[in-house]
Amino acid sequence: MITLNDVHKKYSSTVAIGPVTLQIPTGGITALVGPNGAGKSTMLTMVGRLLGIDSGTIEVAGYDVATTNSKDLAKIVSILRQENHFVTRLTVRQLVGFGRYPHSKGRLTKDDEAIISRSIDFLDLGELEGRYLDELSGGQRQRAYVAMVLAQDTDTVLLDEPLNNLDMKHSVVMMSHLKRAAEELNRTIVIVLHDINFAGHYADYICAMKNGQVVEFGTPERIMNDEILTNVFETPISVIDGPKGPLAVYY
Amino acid sequence: MVNLLSSPVRLGRGGPRSSGSMPTSKVRKRYWITFAVMLALALVFGFGLLAWDNPMPVGSQGFWIIAKMRAGTILAMIVVAACQAIATVSFQTVTNNRLITPSIMGFEALYRVVQTGAVFFLGIAGITFFTGIGQFALQVAIMVALSVALYGWLLSGKLGNIQIMLLVGIIIGTGLGSVATFMQRLLTPSEFDVLTARLFGSMTNAEMSYMPLAIPLVLVAGGYLVASSKKLNILALGQETTINLGLNHRRETMVSLFFISILMAVSTALVGPLTFLGFLVATLAYQLADTYDHRYIYPMAFLTGFVVLAGSYFIMKNIFYAQGVVGIIIEAVGGITFLIFILRKGRL
Repeated sequence: MITLNDVHKKYSSTVAIGPVTLQIPTGGITALVGPNGAGKSTMLTMVGRLLGIDSGTIEVAGYDVATTNSKDLAKIVSILRQENHFVTRLTVRQLVGFGRYPHSKGRLTKDDEAIISRSIDFLDLGELEGRYLDELSGGQRQRAYVAMVLAQDTDTVLLDEPLNNLDMKHSVVMMSHLKRAAEELNRTIVIVLHDINFAGHYADYICAMKNGQVVEFGTPERIMNDEILTNVFETPISVIDGPKGPLAVYY
Repeated sequence: MVNLLSSPVRLGRGGPRSSGSMPTSKVRKRYWITFAVMLALALVFGFGLLAWDNPMPVGSQGFWIIAKMRAGTILAMIVVAACQAIATVSFQTVTNNRLITPSIMGFEALYRVVQTGAVFFLGIAGITFFTGIGQFALQVAIMVALSVALYGWLLSGKLGNIQIMLLVGIIIGTGLGSVATFMQRLLTPSEFDVLTARLFGSMTNAEMSYMPLAIPLVLVAGGYLVASSKKLNILALGQETTINLGLNHRRETMVSLFFISILMAVSTALVGPLTFLGFLVATLAYQLADTYDHRYIYPMAFLTGFVVLAGSYFIMKNIFYAQGVVGIIIEAVGGITFLIFILRKGRL
């Protein structure tokens, strides 16, 4: 469980996040949605301790992210940011191997190698594991990054727009991999999504943000609703019954 | 429910799947062959410097007496190669930038100012006044203090940002360089002539009396950086990934930069500015080693550094009779080698 208690972060007199008080339940996928500049990514990076907070507390699985030792937190929560560009030239397998660092400190054991192999296979990267990252397509590279945070073997996984720059097919593949990771590997996955329909279909909970505040939190059934979505995104949205559940139409 | 620890592993096609520093056995083999070639080259150049133009027959007593006199230069090369190689590789890693070298952070400009200042204020006597282990220690201390102040101030503030630190470092370097140039304009021709000899990176600048201080400093600073290879592998992935993997990014960066500044200060105070060497050596080492792992990059970079230094010194001394001034050859030959490598591989 992730608990945010009165979290506040101030950038300038007009731009601020919070106060946010929120509980994200254990298990399943929680999608953070909202218009640009709502503070979704900022909130995610604060939970992942990449960014400090001004006041309030954030706890992941009972550990305060501001005071818990960073190397212990690395075994509890992992975060993947939107833009990943490494100067180092790595193969897929070497990259995923870095995910084991909190456990192995760079000395990979047989168990570490087995976990790396399973993470790679879990994301269907077996054939590509010897390839260098700069030889992969955007979708494959994104999957390699996700394999790395899965190999970190943390109960909580935070992903900042993993569907960014992916086409429809790769977005669907990525979301079904994440859904399987949540169910089969029992992970709690918090994910920033831009497409409300992906959130409506794959997420177990949707957290809607606007102007640095959490405005709605609930199951997709509750959030996928004309009135709530129109209010959150500030553009007329109507939800219709699609062949696979509710579908938001916004154009 | 499947668990990452307990489900069966699919086997790889060619033996067990492993995530080592070298992705395939071919890469590993190539690394060790390259390493052996560089080691052989280093030994050949090292021996060549001792034996070439040595009037006594190899192995005779007289040969060793002459060789001993030349060994000091080789020792200086070993120290400088270690400093430049380790410092530049580590600096590029912590700044996440493969195109820069720590010498742009004002070390060389500061060296120029100190040397020029000595001549400017004390005349030609200043050069002789400014020799000895005392001035060496002082120069190293000033350079380290300046860079630590810069890192400390710029990386711990709220806007703590490595790009801004680099920019400020370059600006301070340029400013100090202008001060030195201004003072040089006002020197008499004979003073300027004496000074110029000091301002070219030259192996003959290295006084053996500095070694008792230089070697322990290099061993400690270089030793620390080499020993933290595994952490540096992580730092190379950038700030956010480093924090995600549980390392204290700011602390690791600051400590690394501190030891880097010691290495750069020792090298510069010992032989003078060698702007291009570190960059050349680090880039060549990445091309030759073809791995991300600092444990393998450092030895390759060190050997490359020694081969480049010894090679240029050998050419300067035996072909151009310009003993010691290696900077010129490094920039000409090294630059061309560098371009060939980049154009052939098409990447850094």
